[in-house]
Amino acid sequence: MITIDSLTKKYGGNTVVHDITFTARSGRVTGFLGPNGAGKSTSMRMMVGLTTPTEGTATIEGRRFADLPNPGREVGVMLDASAQHAGRTGREILTIAQQIMGLPASRVTEMLGLVSLTADEADRRVGNYSLGMRQRLGIAAALIGDPSVLILDEPANGLDPAGIRWMRDLLRDYADRGGTVLLSSHLLAEVEIIADDIVMIGQGRIVCQGSKAELLQGAGTVVRAADVEVLRQALSTAGIQATASEDGSLRTDADPAQVGRAAYDGGAVLTELRTADSGGLEEMFLELTADTSRDSAPRESNPRKSSTERTAA
Amino acid sequence: MTATTATTAVDHARTSRRTDAIPLSRVVRVELRKMFDTRSGFWLIASIGITGLIATVATVAFAPDDQLTYYTFAKAVGYPITVILPMVALLAITSEWSQRTGLTTFTYVSRRARVVWAKTLSAVVVAIASMLFAFAAGAVGNVVGSRIAGVPTVWDLSLGHALTIVLGNLVSLSIGTMLGMVLRSSAGGLVMYFVLVLLVPNLSALLATSQHWYKELQPWVDLPYAQSYLFEGMHTGAQWAHVVTSVTLWIVLPGIYGLRRVMRSEVH
Repeated sequence: MITIDSLTKKYGGNTVVHDITFTARSGRVTGFLGPNGAGKSTSMRMMVGLTTPTEGTATIEGRRFADLPNPGREVGVMLDASAQHAGRTGREILTIAQQIMGLPASRVTEMLGLVSLTADEADRRVGNYSLGMRQRLGIAAALIGDPSVLILDEPANGLDPAGIRWMRDLLRDYADRGGTVLLSSHLLAEVEIIADDIVMIGQGRIVCQGSKAELLQGAGTVVRAADVEVLRQALSTAGIQATASEDGSLRTDADPAQVGRAAYDGGAVLTELRTADSGGLEEMFLELTADTSRDSAPRESNPRKSSTERTAA
Repeated sequence: MTATTATTAVDHARTSRRTDAIPLSRVVRVELRKMFDTRSGFWLIASIGITGLIATVATVAFAPDDQLTYYTFAKAVGYPITVILPMVALLAITSEWSQRTGLTTFTYVSRRARVVWAKTLSAVVVAIASMLFAFAAGAVGNVVGSRIAGVPTVWDLSLGHALTIVLGNLVSLSIGTMLGMVLRSSAGGLVMYFVLVLLVPNLSALLATSQHWYKELQPWVDLPYAQSYLFEGMHTGAQWAHVVTSVTLWIVLPGIYGLRRVMRSEVH
């Protein structure tokens, strides 16, 4: 578990991270989502002691990072997969980690296997690695100490769709065994695929947080019928407002159960009925981040405040 | 590409696991490994041996017969150590910032002072090994050289003098450590190193010839000047005092400042 309490970082008069508070729970993958420059990396650096917070604390399993006797055994960290000496081989980088943490030498080979780096690739210098290979190596280095917490900054960066899927499965498995994962991303689609919980940040402030299911709930429903006019009629009879999309489907704020009931009652033959996934969250993401990037002053009367309060509890 | 192979069977649900602190010896071993595991690092250290051998051969070939003594050889073989070791010590520190490896290093060992201390100790290990090599290569050169020249083999280096030479080289090494901590940049560090060892002594000498007041002061504040006692043999207590004051001025004080910078600076 990672507990972030009122974490703030100021550089001179410039507040990069403003009083953020959240918890990344064990057994869950928490996505730290925000546009570039929102303060994600600074926050993560503060969690692992690379940057000193101006105010607030970050603890890992109840302890400050600086108090961990052998941090690599408790927290796997990957902040920048490219921050390696280009002249070292992948195997050497893992060997350094294995030795400093006091692990058996066999862990290096095990980790290479886990992230699907071949023996040949492992013996190449990381200067010749693609970004995707560096990310895999970074994941291997983060996992080598078998930590209970993972902190990963933009881990899916540079991965192809198959790679993102692979990472999702890996992190899912890790969280299912009780691990805590905090990963950042500036891409909503990535977070939606990988994360269970989402903490959205813009201009150094948390703009909304909650479980993915909760956040999607407010996103409404997409519904499509064999005859769109019958469906429209059925919905309006049930008092559900809907808007037509370009692709012929209808979108509404009502939840899928209400829409299904209305369609059934109105005799509409549905061809599709689902929660509006990325659309709703993406809209929120763009809206919230645009909101904070236009206006850096505190906004107590933010219309989205309600959703923040709802989920922060 | 599946993640089904679990890393281990460890149950992460356990909230806190007791792990032992990392012993300093382990950090030193890893830092020593990091000095050799890149091409640039390996050849930098190998160059100490290579130039040392060239110096031995050059001494045999060019030194006047009456100077073919052990001290001449030891000095010739040892010179590359004095020049290159500080760079080894410096780059070990600055590379964490310039190569950005500090981003991982300091998450493995969060106490940065401990990392810097381990790097200094591993540079000392390299220094001791290089000097043993230099004394051995010098001995071989002395025996072979005097045979070739047909002169008696002269062993004119006392143990005490050998020890002050070792100390002199350790002082040189700590110039690199100090600069590494203060600047935390490989390029800037190397430039400043050459300014300190090449330019500053000349300016100091120039000042000493033109300004009377400085001539008195020079031995107390001129580090290479004080170091030369260590290399050429200590004779008086005043010389030790000169070494102490100039080392304090050029290494200890800026070193303390540098260490504070290392502890506080951000690692990006």
